[in-house]
Amino acid sequence: MNIASAAPHHANLKLTSRFDLSQRLVALLTRGEAVIGGIGNTNFDLWAAGRRPENFYMLGSMGLACPIALGVALAQPTRGVVALEGDGSLLMQLGSLTTIAMLAPKNLTIIVMDNGCYQITGAQKTTTAVAADIVAIAQGAGLKQARWAADEAMFESLIRRALAEDGPHLIAARIDDKPAVATTERDPSLIRDRFMRGIGTKS
Amino acid sequence: MEFVSRTEGAVVALKVKGVRELVARARKAEGGQRKTLAGEAREWPLAVYHALREAGVRHMAFVPDAGHSELIQLFDADKNVTSNVLTTEEEGIAIASGAWLGGMRSVILMQSSGVGNCINMLSLATISRFPLLMLVTMRGEWAEFNPWQVPMGRATEPALNAIGVRTMRAEAPEELIEIVGSAATLAYEADQQIAVLISQRMLGRKKW
Repeated sequence: MNIASAAPHHANLKLTSRFDLSQRLVALLTRGEAVIGGIGNTNFDLWAAGRRPENFYMLGSMGLACPIALGVALAQPTRGVVALEGDGSLLMQLGSLTTIAMLAPKNLTIIVMDNGCYQITGAQKTTTAVAADIVAIAQGAGLKQARWAADEAMFESLIRRALAEDGPHLIAARIDDKPAVATTERDPSLIRDRFMRGIGTKS
Repeated sequence: MEFVSRTEGAVVALKVKGVRELVARARKAEGGQRKTLAGEAREWPLAVYHALREAGVRHMAFVPDAGHSELIQLFDADKNVTSNVLTTEEEGIAIASGAWLGGMRSVILMQSSGVGNCINMLSLATISRFPLLMLVTMRGEWAEFNPWQVPMGRATEPALNAIGVRTMRAEAPEELIEIVGSAATLAYEADQQIAVLISQRMLGRKKW
């Protein structure tokens, strides 16, 4: 599939697996890219996909993965930075997409895992399950390089491009409503410390 | 410590001169009639800016407030500082935390009403021990004319304290300058979460 073409509406896309996409993402991170994993299943599957010291896992504060990643990207302009966020969280901070578009950090990629529900609290529907289109919202916010990944292969192609070319990029994928396969260790100070040592801001 | 280069320093100095002129013009426009504490207070932004730059601040995020306008101008003019407007205050808590993770010191400017927007997000800073420095201009206290500002103004300090953020309150310009220097050390060196509250009495009566 041509990744440059306008994607079809998200309702028609293949439902992929969060854990599978997380593993594919981690396999493509070969240059010490920092990853900020959003609250809940999003960071749980990132954790399950393989321990990396450059991963920061959020245990609370819905919606802040993107602005935290923005802060890291501003502070470390030569390092690739990825924000991994769920649809429910992103919907709480749509304004942050406009801030990212305004500052336009070249090294930032946002990945949105859209299952159309608050899976962890009982799979209640989010607004993306009915009408809202995350990629259209992102483009409207000024993130012109926002694309839907129609399947796993396109997800990988978009990640490769995002890591190689100037951003900011946003990649959204429809995922199924399965829970994460593991749970992140709940120790915020340890997570912070490990991450800072992992990217060399603390020794 | 990294500070502004000579050329950039000159640019900042020019802008700083501009701020001084603005202050002088504002005073002249008032016909020298303004003899309140607030009337004499408007040079504090310059001193606060210097205190923050000397503390190594390289990022400033804000939701605008009239009380912060000169400080915002000063940071905007500084090429060695990334300044950005926020869509909501809690976004600033996250950007500042991310900047710290990446090795950069950040300060957040907001009005007391914005503190209400931040409360849950301050969990991130308090439980993960991220240094946090917020400068909060107060509304809803001294000579407030807008009833809608009063409840959040009253709740600002207790709400911050309840979530675990330490508050340091400045009633006068010289006190503020001293507090900002101390708060910056507490935040960036001792990993504390600090909100400096700038009293409405010091900022002066607001008229629209």
